[in-house]
Amino acid sequence: MTDARAGRATEPAQEATVTQETGTGVEERTSSPQATPEEPTAVATRSTTTEKPDLEEVQREGLEVESRSVWRVAWSRFLRHKLAMGSLILLLLIFAAGIFAPLLTPYGFAEQDLFNPTQGPTVEARHFFGTDQLGRDYFTRVLFGIRTTVRVALIVALLSTLIGTVIGAIAGYFGGWVDNALMRLTDLILTLPSLAVLLVAAALLGNGIPERVAIILALIFWTQLARIIRGVFLSLREKEYVEAAKALGATDIRIIFRHMLPNAVGPVVVNATLVIATAILVEAVLSFLGFGVQPPTPALGQLIDDGKGQMLQAWWLVVFPGITIVLICLCINFLGDGLRDALDPTQRRTSA
Amino acid sequence: MVTYVIRRLLFSIPVIVAASIIIFFFVSAAGDPLAGLRQNPRISEQTIQNISDRKHLDESLPVQYGYWVNDVFTNSFGTTLLQDTPIWPDLKRVLANTMQLIIAAEILSVLIAIGIGVYSAVKQYSAFDYLATTTSFLGFSTPIFWLALILQVLVTNLFLSTGYRLFYTSQLSAVDPANFWIDRIQHLALPVLTLTVIGVAQFTRYMRSSMLEVINSDYVRTARAKGLKESRVIMKHAFRNALIPLVTIVAIDFGQLFGGAIATETVFSLDGMGLYFIRALEVRDIYPIMAWLMVTSVIIIVFNLIADVLYGVLDPRIRYD
Repeated sequence: MTDARAGRATEPAQEATVTQETGTGVEERTSSPQATPEEPTAVATRSTTTEKPDLEEVQREGLEVESRSVWRVAWSRFLRHKLAMGSLILLLLIFAAGIFAPLLTPYGFAEQDLFNPTQGPTVEARHFFGTDQLGRDYFTRVLFGIRTTVRVALIVALLSTLIGTVIGAIAGYFGGWVDNALMRLTDLILTLPSLAVLLVAAALLGNGIPERVAIILALIFWTQLARIIRGVFLSLREKEYVEAAKALGATDIRIIFRHMLPNAVGPVVVNATLVIATAILVEAVLSFLGFGVQPPTPALGQLIDDGKGQMLQAWWLVVFPGITIVLICLCINFLGDGLRDALDPTQRRTSA
Repeated sequence: MVTYVIRRLLFSIPVIVAASIIIFFFVSAAGDPLAGLRQNPRISEQTIQNISDRKHLDESLPVQYGYWVNDVFTNSFGTTLLQDTPIWPDLKRVLANTMQLIIAAEILSVLIAIGIGVYSAVKQYSAFDYLATTTSFLGFSTPIFWLALILQVLVTNLFLSTGYRLFYTSQLSAVDPANFWIDRIQHLALPVLTLTVIGVAQFTRYMRSSMLEVINSDYVRTARAKGLKESRVIMKHAFRNALIPLVTIVAIDFGQLFGGAIATETVFSLDGMGLYFIRALEVRDIYPIMAWLMVTSVIIIVFNLIADVLYGVLDPRIRYD
């Protein structure tokens, strides 16, 4: 009993040291014990050398303690996160399957085969996910669905990150009435029922074109990132290097983009990753309800909508596109979690 | 405290006005409400002109906004574009139905999430903890409408193979008026289950991290150092404080759910807010759409207010000044 309690009591201490070492920006020194593969050998060689190595030799052998950029530290931390690495690999495979869809399947996504309607999944006939009521190969349709869905999600992530970063940065950097106005606007957008607003916009303006749907989603999705970036900028604004840049006469734009933004890149990357998952889920709902991407372009949500009429006889029409969405979003969420641990240790979730 | 609530209430008035302006201009700017009718050859020019006159569609947008606001207050949201039927009676009915669905789902998910979250936090890094975390990741990676469809298939197949009707898979109409509530529960069970799965996935993570934070705080260590029993430390000292952040999140989520159960209600053909909205959207009737958006926004604003006030009530360290 006491053992268990003692064990538990030490954990917070360990966690505290981890956050400290990663949070204070002294990564070069503290994280070297678990560092990249080439470093331990360097350390080992040095410890075996008894005589004092002269400077030239050290430089020739590449033994000096390299200064490591934030990115390298983050990368080495990310590599250790096995779940996130696995998710990244699986995700890239799924995306590649979408991109190279025409090479992976002998069928076209709209190719009908009226002699083989509503066939269950078979390996022999190369209908891995079965066929629908028109005999279209569902594996092919899911692959092309991934293509559409991922394209929409990536556009959403890119655009909303751009808008959110710029608005958050301006609000946080200038403060005062600019901040007030921009944040009230953000609050206002957050009080609207977002899914319903998206449905109205998609129904009345989207015309079922994937790019339009993506832009509509992005116009709602930037709010969260704007808030986060504003918070980061509010604290960065007080840093000495910003003051120094100002004293040197740097313009506001240069200070924001050159000096402050690189220090806020962690939350931006994490948020952009997680937005992809949200965008995929929301695009799926829109298409499922009939207001997102329209046929003949297949999208994953719309495939589920197509299949739901026959789902009692042909379960595969609903199950496979759905599992694909779950798999993609699960990978992205795990990846986001790993990235957060690697890039943004101050915002560390306790779950990791 | 009272002055804070009053000030917040007063402050929500401009927010509601701004929301109404955004909603009106957004929906109006999204296209000609009569476009669908004009394309229909069986509807005469005269009918369209009558509708246009009735709704003042020839006026400028700010004037139309004035007419609309007037309708909202004096005529409880006015009438629909096409049939000229009053909006409020229908909206009131679906609001009540959605309320039953959401309250049941929210209570269930909060109770389950508290249980799982607290246990995960207390047994951090245990097998249960990993299982719970992974499951909750799975929960918010799942499209809610897909989950609803899968549940529908499973229950229908169960009925077809055994002939035993545990739950109904669509609609809300009472088949058996004698046992109204039993019938209602059979109808609501699947939609509630769907929303609960997603809700549990969300709330468990908050509960777990909030509980972890509290367990690692100084006063809990003090309570242990005093020699209190572990169960007392957890339940009496840690748990109650860990609940505070959850209350806020649940209140906000509750408001959001009124506009967020659209997919679930559509799958189960449940006569609630979501289905009402989708039906209005399908016929491109902007008046019920605007009424719906307005009602939902006000509900969200009210619940955000409740969340803020509750936070202050529960946590005396929060000062309003």
